[in-house]
Amino acid sequence: MQQIQTCEPAGNQPPASEIRLQVLMVGLGNEILAIETDMVREIIDPVPATRVAGARTFLPALINVRGNVIPLADLRLRFGMPAAPATADTRIVVVEIEIDGDPVTLGILADKVFEVTEVSSRHTQQTPRLGSQWRPEFIRFITKWNDEFVIIPDMARTLG
Amino acid sequence: MELDPTEIFRQEAAELLDSLETVLLDLGQTPQDRDLIDAAFRALHTIKGSGAMFGFDRVAAFTHDFETAFDLIRKGKIDASGDIVTVSLAAKDYIRTLIDDPDSTDPIIGEAIVEELQRAIGGLGASAEVAPAASEDLDAPAAPALAGWRVEIGFDPTIPCNGTNPLVLLDDLRALGPCTVIADLDAVPELSGLDPEACLIGWTVTLHGACTKEDVEDVFMFVRDEMKLTITALDGPSAQTPAQEWAPLDMSMPAAVMVVKSLPAVEAPPAAVERPVPEKAEFARRSEDKGSTVRVQAERLDELMDRVGELVIAQARLSQLAHSGTDLAIKAIAEDIERLASGLRDSTMGVRMVPMGSLFGRFRRLVHDLSRDLGKPVDFVTVGEDTELDKTMIERLADPLVHLIRNAIDHGIEPAQQRGQTSKSPTGRIELAARYVGAQVLVTVQDDGAGLDTARIRAKAEEQGLIVPGTPLSEHDIHQLLFHPGFSTAKTISALSGRGVGMDVVKRTIEAMRGTIELTTIPGHGSSVTLRLPLTLAIIEGLLIRVGEGRYIIPLSAVEECVELTAADEARARGRSFLTVRGDLVPFLRLRDLFDAEGEVAPYQKVIITTMGDTRVGLVVDQIIGSHQTVIKSLSKLHSDVTMFSGATILGDGSAALILDVAQLVTLGQSRVDNDRTSEAA
Repeated sequence: MQQIQTCEPAGNQPPASEIRLQVLMVGLGNEILAIETDMVREIIDPVPATRVAGARTFLPALINVRGNVIPLADLRLRFGMPAAPATADTRIVVVEIEIDGDPVTLGILADKVFEVTEVSSRHTQQTPRLGSQWRPEFIRFITKWNDEFVIIPDMARTLG
Repeated sequence: MELDPTEIFRQEAAELLDSLETVLLDLGQTPQDRDLIDAAFRALHTIKGSGAMFGFDRVAAFTHDFETAFDLIRKGKIDASGDIVTVSLAAKDYIRTLIDDPDSTDPIIGEAIVEELQRAIGGLGASAEVAPAASEDLDAPAAPALAGWRVEIGFDPTIPCNGTNPLVLLDDLRALGPCTVIADLDAVPELSGLDPEACLIGWTVTLHGACTKEDVEDVFMFVRDEMKLTITALDGPSAQTPAQEWAPLDMSMPAAVMVVKSLPAVEAPPAAVERPVPEKAEFARRSEDKGSTVRVQAERLDELMDRVGELVIAQARLSQLAHSGTDLAIKAIAEDIERLASGLRDSTMGVRMVPMGSLFGRFRRLVHDLSRDLGKPVDFVTVGEDTELDKTMIERLADPLVHLIRNAIDHGIEPAQQRGQTSKSPTGRIELAARYVGAQVLVTVQDDGAGLDTARIRAKAEEQGLIVPGTPLSEHDIHQLLFHPGFSTAKTISALSGRGVGMDVVKRTIEAMRGTIELTTIPGHGSSVTLRLPLTLAIIEGLLIRVGEGRYIIPLSAVEECVELTAADEARARGRSFLTVRGDLVPFLRLRDLFDAEGEVAPYQKVIITTMGDTRVGLVVDQIIGSHQTVIKSLSKLHSDVTMFSGATILGDGSAALILDVAQLVTLGQSRVDNDRTSEAA
């Protein structure tokens, strides 16, 4: 909820129900995710990752980003998509989210990074046309961008 | 960064009060110890003096009575009885509240404490207060009559800057007996050249009084280092003569006194301490002062530690690069930097380390109070006060230990009568010990009480619905119920413990520090709680190893030896994972299986024998790469479910490597041994 409030552009008074977000469009498998720019720290090229035995499958590794050791999340696995090898387009989006009141920095594997844009909850799509692997509690809302469905995930819940 | 002088006083007072508490508690045990009495007196005197200087008038006024009482003890007029110690401890608490929150402190409490003090010292304080000279005479009739001292006083010119008022000291001298004071104005320059902040006057005091040389010296106790003091005994008969001789000179005194009096007026405001001009003189003096300390904010230390951590990583990369090349000059520099970096690392870490004794001291008071309130006499023994631990960890340990000690006294130690019925001494014993074991610090709270009542714990747990009645549980499992939130076996809820909010909080706090808590008990002989804490320093010596394609760090302090896993061993170990090391059977874990590692199995696998306390476990690895300066980076909250690793680090090539949590692996190895045993038995 906090994120929603901070993301409202000042001066522009949308209807109470409408949420406008500055987001980074990220390709993951066949889907497009929108990650709020507020939480994005940087986008880096893939770096060598260190596997963590015993960790949850969607948090399989650690990476070193400028002297900080952070977990690398593979959201494909969290969203029930098959794992895929890295390609020339693969990037790591470094985000900082809040979990139980503490800031947590992590890298998110992205198959492709598109652009920064703005989405609005006005175009929210009620029909979850997505497969059952999408657990509803991970999704804040689904909207449309360039005629494509875009998922705005609830990062804290997805990773927590 | 400017610190408010008042805040400095608060911090200093807090330290003084802490040390006062320790001294008082020691005094309760050895009431005749002169050094302790002097230390208590000095602490009180300083609190009073600086309290008055910084405007804490109530503190100064209140402390005054106690200072007087300890002065009497010092002079041997009264004994430091248990009552005085108890009331002084109460006074110490009251002074603390007076300093921390004067507005909400009720003076009635203070008055009550002072009354109690007067009762404890039998009214001596008051009489000494009103007529000190008279009481001196009464109490020391044996002293040579009317002998006296000639006291030559030459202060360091800077003393007014430190808040010392020479006139007060002269007044103190007068309190010892009739004095003739002569000022030596030779060093005072013309008015134009006069520095109003310097004390250039010397004094010669002829003191007629039946006091000892120590009494005179004590007056100058706090300025002794900043003055020249010559004390010579006056001859009996000639004692009168100099006084008469100098008497006419006294006529000239008013002028001198005028000059002197103007001094305190100038230096009176507390801000005087912060004045920059006298700083140089002060520095010069301080630098001679051995063992002086500097206050540093904790964040600055953290920042320094981070920087050192980065430096060590960069140095590791440099070393790797230098050793892969052929340039001897670069190798030499890399080695130099390695040496410097490790020295810097050690000193930086040393700065953060605090001896456990600083924490243990606090509990003596707790035990003292609890033992009195519950009527259970208790001997409190501390061991390993000089075991050092990171300051932040020490802070976090305080509350859990309070709970454990409370529990030990309240639930563990039986009432004295009950103890009398057994062979135990009526005085209970609680031992708080700290020691290093490998890469961990063990903190143990042990009592010699009744031990845990397993049946009662079980009954209570069933009653509270924590377990289904009749569930087969081992003793160990039943004891674990104590850590369950909301569990309490106390028959009555006392003000101290028994609310059941203790042990689960303790467990959580210790686990948050990546430590473990163990409970052992022997019915009738007491129980002990052991906290195992990782020595989580920011940087450790590690052993870099390879398992499959991954590289890992094992804390070197946990490594006992490395042996090769021969084919024979392997063949013998089939099915069961045991290794014979010098006649001992050591269980081993194949990290390859544990980590589900990929890649070729090395033809000659190595076993690293690690220890944790008394248990050993071998870890089978593919390759031992070498030692590595390991900067510990804690694992992310997202990886809090990972148990085999205690942290991560960055290697020379910039990749991350995990640090093995040896304690967890040893436990795992041990549990496999137990499983093997049980399956064999079955």
